[in-house]
Amino acid sequence: MGVQIAFWLFAILVAGTALYAAVAPKIVHAAFSLMATFFGVAGIYAILGSDFLAVTQVLVYVGGIMVLIVFGVLLTDRVPEEYKVVAPRRWLPALIAGGLCFAAIAGALKSTVWPISSSTPLGDATSTVEGIGRSLLTDYLIPFEFASILLLVVLVGAARLARGQVR
Amino acid sequence: MDGVMNWLTQDRVGSALVKVLLVGNVAPMLVAFLVWLERRVAAWAQDRMGPNRVGPFGLLQSFADLIKFLLKEDVLPGHVNKAMYLVAPCLAVIPPLVVLALVPFADRFAIADVDTGILAAFAFSGIGVYAIALGGWASNSKYALIGAVRASAQLISYEICLGLAALGVFIVAGTLRLEDVVKMQADGFTIHGETLHGISKFFDWNIVKQPIGAIIFLIAAFAETNRTPFDLPEAESELAAGYHTEFSSMKFALFFLGEYVAIVAMSSLFTTLYLGGWTLFGVENAFEGTTAQTLLQILIFLAKTMCVIFTFIWVRWTVPRFRYDQLMDLGWKRLMPATLAWLAATACVVAFLK
Repeated sequence: MGVQIAFWLFAILVAGTALYAAVAPKIVHAAFSLMATFFGVAGIYAILGSDFLAVTQVLVYVGGIMVLIVFGVLLTDRVPEEYKVVAPRRWLPALIAGGLCFAAIAGALKSTVWPISSSTPLGDATSTVEGIGRSLLTDYLIPFEFASILLLVVLVGAARLARGQVR
Repeated sequence: MDGVMNWLTQDRVGSALVKVLLVGNVAPMLVAFLVWLERRVAAWAQDRMGPNRVGPFGLLQSFADLIKFLLKEDVLPGHVNKAMYLVAPCLAVIPPLVVLALVPFADRFAIADVDTGILAAFAFSGIGVYAIALGGWASNSKYALIGAVRASAQLISYEICLGLAALGVFIVAGTLRLEDVVKMQADGFTIHGETLHGISKFFDWNIVKQPIGAIIFLIAAFAETNRTPFDLPEAESELAAGYHTEFSSMKFALFFLGEYVAIVAMSSLFTTLYLGGWTLFGVENAFEGTTAQTLLQILIFLAKTMCVIFTFIWVRWTVPRFRYDQLMDLGWKRLMPATLAWLAATACVVAFLK
């Protein structure tokens, strides 16, 4: 019962703040609304028992990515006319595209069979941290390394772009 | 009395609430003492008297200041973004208090004993940036905005060093749980078949195993809490008071409180990670299984934390501040490579010893 209430609270938080992030008249308000969305998602992860994922969500999205977005907004957003982020002129194509995406995802969710098992996916690990650490460095080592190489490439590329013309 | 402590150390909603009340009230009280201590140490360092009029040794000075803050007119400037302007001071206090909730003050005496301990602590201390960014932006004034940008850039830069330095501890400990990290520092490790006992258990503390990591962690902690030599966000000659220029009375007091709670939180994290937390060479088990044991452990923890806090104050009144480019150079070009090298060395040693 408590879990249900918590789930609905977080679900409402996520949906509400995500909606506000999309329609907020001021870009700073949209950014902070998005931060609340990320928090809500972390809460849902925590309810589902994946504490590591929840903490990582806060660490990476709220503490990292959103800070950079807010930082960018702080440095650029000084012109009152440009506060407007929502251009209501193109709402029809947006509605159609959004509706199609929603239909596709809803259809996929509906048609998938979700097996519910009472056994934990952790194996003999005592905590989620240990379980995730083990599987990342054994079964999923190659995807893990690929992800790190991708991030490294992005980092080098970003540095290259930021430096501009190389003499 | 023993029953009370037993109940408190159990994992229940009620005991958690009581502990929240305890920590949530003791931490701000500690801050009042801290502000007094800071001013007295500053006076001692500069060879003057410091506050000594209100109460014995001026101990009640902070409460007089608090009353002053409460009685001042609460100005709401016309040019600010109201909602954000009011939220920012609250955001400054909440994250460091949440970090305190994760710290084990004694055996089984953390408010939230989570597997991801330190990760959660860093996640929440990282949110402190928002108070600064938001406060500076909502103030809608030049100095506040520039101050906010400068302060957030500093926090983001040193957060990386802070996290990387602490990572060394977890490579050694093999766990993220703060309680296990403390226990690991107290079991006395074995050299040539002989287990360390008594005072020699000092060599089991992480500050001995991770000296460079500890120093870097401390430096990054100074920068994270905006302390001299890194108190760039507040520069009277360039930025007025920085991001909180436009805040007055209790709203300013909240920023101030947040800053000091952050010092308490960082110091208790340092104590937990490097100084053996609530343990003291076996003394902590003197009253096995009684209330006195928990109280003694809390006392040991507080004493160690106070030593770290004193180091914070001591450094503030000893070292002159950096220039901003020196700050960034130190963070990115010196500390970060040094931390990475230290991490690699630690990992090699741990792998070799296994």
